[in-house]
Amino acid sequence: MAYFFHTDEDRRQMLAAIGADSVEAIIDAQVPAEVRMNRPLELGPAASEIELEREVRRLAAANLSPASHVCFLGGGAYDHFVPAAVDAIASRGEFYTSYTPYQAEVSQGNLQVMFEYETLVAQLTGLDVSNASLYDGGSAAVEAVLMALAITSDRSRVVTAGTVHPEYRQALATYLEEIDAEVVTAEVGPDGTAADLISRIDEQTSCVLIQHPNFFGRLEQVEQIAEAAHAAGALLIQVFDPVSLGVLRRPGELGADIAVAEGQGIGNPLAFGGPYLGIMACRQELVRRLPGRIAGQTTDRRGKRCWVLTLQTREQHIRREKATSNICSNQTLLALRSTIHLALLGPEGLRETAEQCLQKAAYARRQFAASERFEVLHESATFKEFVVRDTSGDVAGALRHATEAGFLAGVPLERWYPELADCFLVAVTERRTRSEIDSLVSTLSSAPRSLASASGVAAGA
Amino acid sequence: MRNQQHTKLLFELSRPGRRAHRLPPLDVPAEPLESLLPSEALADAPPPLPELAEGDVVRHFTNLSTLNMSVDTHFYPLGSCTMKYNPKRNERLASLSGLVDVHPLQEDASIQGLLQMLFELQQMLAEISGLPGVSLQPAAGAHGELAALMVAAAYFRRQGEDRPVVLTADSAHGTNPASARMAGMQTNTVKSNRQGLVDLEDLKRQLDRRTGVFMLTNPNTLGLFDSQILEITRAVHDQGGLIYLDGANMNAILGIARPGDFGADLMHFNPHKTFSGPHGGGGPGAGPICVRDFLTEFLPAPVVVKEDDAYRLDYDRPLSIGRVRSFFGNVGVLLRAYFYIRSHGGEGLRRVSEDAILGANYLRSRVQHILDVPFGEFCMHEFVASASRLKKERGLTAMDLAKRLLDYGFHAPTVYFPMIVPESVMVEPTETESKETLDAFAEALFRITDEAQDLVHEAPHSTRISRPDEVQAARKPIMRWTPES
Ligand SMILES: Cc1ncc(COP(=O)(O)O)c(C=O)c1O
Repeated sequence: MAYFFHTDEDRRQMLAAIGADSVEAIIDAQVPAEVRMNRPLELGPAASEIELEREVRRLAAANLSPASHVCFLGGGAYDHFVPAAVDAIASRGEFYTSYTPYQAEVSQGNLQVMFEYETLVAQLTGLDVSNASLYDGGSAAVEAVLMALAITSDRSRVVTAGTVHPEYRQALATYLEEIDAEVVTAEVGPDGTAADLISRIDEQTSCVLIQHPNFFGRLEQVEQIAEAAHAAGALLIQVFDPVSLGVLRRPGELGADIAVAEGQGIGNPLAFGGPYLGIMACRQELVRRLPGRIAGQTTDRRGKRCWVLTLQTREQHIRREKATSNICSNQTLLALRSTIHLALLGPEGLRETAEQCLQKAAYARRQFAASERFEVLHESATFKEFVVRDTSGDVAGALRHATEAGFLAGVPLERWYPELADCFLVAVTERRTRSEIDSLVSTLSSAPRSLASASGVAAGA
Repeated sequence: MRNQQHTKLLFELSRPGRRAHRLPPLDVPAEPLESLLPSEALADAPPPLPELAEGDVVRHFTNLSTLNMSVDTHFYPLGSCTMKYNPKRNERLASLSGLVDVHPLQEDASIQGLLQMLFELQQMLAEISGLPGVSLQPAAGAHGELAALMVAAAYFRRQGEDRPVVLTADSAHGTNPASARMAGMQTNTVKSNRQGLVDLEDLKRQLDRRTGVFMLTNPNTLGLFDSQILEITRAVHDQGGLIYLDGANMNAILGIARPGDFGADLMHFNPHKTFSGPHGGGGPGAGPICVRDFLTEFLPAPVVVKEDDAYRLDYDRPLSIGRVRSFFGNVGVLLRAYFYIRSHGGEGLRRVSEDAILGANYLRSRVQHILDVPFGEFCMHEFVASASRLKKERGLTAMDLAKRLLDYGFHAPTVYFPMIVPESVMVEPTETESKETLDAFAEALFRITDEAQDLVHEAPHSTRISRPDEVQAARKPIMRWTPES
């Protein structure tokens, strides 16, 4: 109970000014007795800072993490390096204890950061405009689809691919359940891409949602898909990986109309899934349908350049049910972190980071391919992650063994792809070293094979 | 004193060849990129990001930060946003390794400590709300509204009922109708009565068998607890509808009244308000939702369950609406809420609300000598005044007051919301402000009403910029820097 201010004397004076005998009396005058809580909340006693620290440290220490185990987990969240300057700046109270810049004069810091962030996202994606952030990659993908449906209001079909992050597709299904739209999902082709997606695009298609590099780390034929989508009058939405743009062509150049991404990998901690950063950029013509806050440049009454929230007539506080989205609080602090991160990387830092991810992942892929026990599902054209098959079929056992040996080795794919029950996803960031990769492969190879699964694949091994 | 470097943009500070972050040398054999990826996929050059040294970057952003008002530096009575003190201990704890660096797809067995805290948070929110089903997944209050409306829709579908209409109060936050629309529902507005409470007659007139949900904020956005609450919830339930409680104002009623006890069926919390999550310049927040038992099976999956002393993420929930985002939720914000609740305990949380009520009523008692406070004799945790009379008599608007307060070193209250009060000034002091601060704020307001009109019209005078041209910004939007601009 460390944050209270009022002394007994303060209370007495305040109540006297109010003209009430007690706070209780103020409450009684408003809250009907029938709904008053007549017992204390059962939440245990207040913990002092020392007690809380002791207990939380114990609970935190009970978790494994990339600090205790070498991390090869990916699937939409990555152990990329975050420079110290990002934490140092973002932990300034002037940034993290302020709120939405409703009063531009005392929020120029945040507004300028938003404007810089929007510019960086535009530079990154090769698209014209960006908003100031959405919640996360998954909800950003959904918002992009809703935006496309609103733009192409006479169309109600959404074509997507099984190679888009499964949780993004699950979120999409949840949202579309309540509105008049249907999703058509192209299956994952044998090469791990959205092979037959183009044949699903028709005159009723509002938008096509793809991910490149996709959930398996594979590249998609974005330009061909864009062409087919545009020929049918549909919009192309590309989910991208910001880090990949150090080596890959940008969504805007490939023909994407809207690009969305999970921004965790550029400056934000893993934090068990959030808070993360939903990135969204689009072509200029679509801006009036863009969801979320936007900072714009203007001048003040003395002619000084400055920044304000703009195009607010898209937003809920003005348009209510006609708004482009319901988003209010967003992820500004994470956008700040990504802005600092990209400023520190610069073009060369981003390129080098992307190349190291690519080279190290390719090296890891070769090591797995050369191992006796494992196969790599797709031989080439993956960015920083790839699918490994355990020919002994005991993915859970192999991963458990690796955990005991100090690795967070991979993400089992069975939960989303039952046909890939013998497979897991391995991600390799710039942080990983050759020796970590070598020992990952040898550790996994030495995992005992469970009897049942070993006999099941004996013929193949 | 002022360093002008910060008013340049990153892009204007850039010099070709400058660079901050460097990687260790590649320690695996380097292959030609074209042998790894098809050449048509490869960029000729990396994106045209700015090129800066680390010192540039740190000085730039540090200077920028000084252009913000924040809770750490200023009184920030922004109504409806609960800008309370953000405890430093929560920051340190949330940044511990084993919490801040856990990967979202780790096995349950590897994160038992984290899952324990999240499980306990679910239980705490159930206790505070009086609603037993909890999902921690939504990313903000508005996201919680949407998720809960989807839960309601799934429930009605299961019951075979067609209830497409959502009623929102005319004093409701804009997210309420916007969320209803995103959930595929029609919205109608219920009027407020002359006391600033729900107009029961209007509500009853609109209720019918097509009413799905009445979205209610209680205490409402005027800072008033609706004394007709039981009548309201009964009327909606009698028609087979559900009550949604917008929990943005929970800071007023912790341990005093529980939404589940006064008839709410679904609600969201804003942990970034009530439970001290820092607002981050606009976010992140979180929007956990709590629901009545018969709605629990429709909640987003996964939820944390406890079985034989082990914690597990339960995905196997066949009636769940599914996911509303990727991964578990805004865990960093949720953990801060957990630390905050643990730091207070049940008694302490009640004291939070009592002190919030005390502070708001005290400030109200002082402000009502300066501005009209149209509704209520008392208030809960915030109050809404009106600058209408001031506008008529002295030509000063709510916006003028807001801008001039900045010169006195106070962040402005929320203005022009709720929309049902003309020239509204919505003040939420929170429990973490001293009487001296509240006095100084009231005195500043008082002085402003006495100042020369022009001085106030042209305020603020002490900030780097003043009265930016928003019309120009919207008419010819410049939303990014370009080399020409
Ligand atoms: C009354 C009310 N309802 C809902 C919201 C939306 O919450 P959030 O900003 O967390 O989405 C807010 C906050 O801004 C609010 O004040």
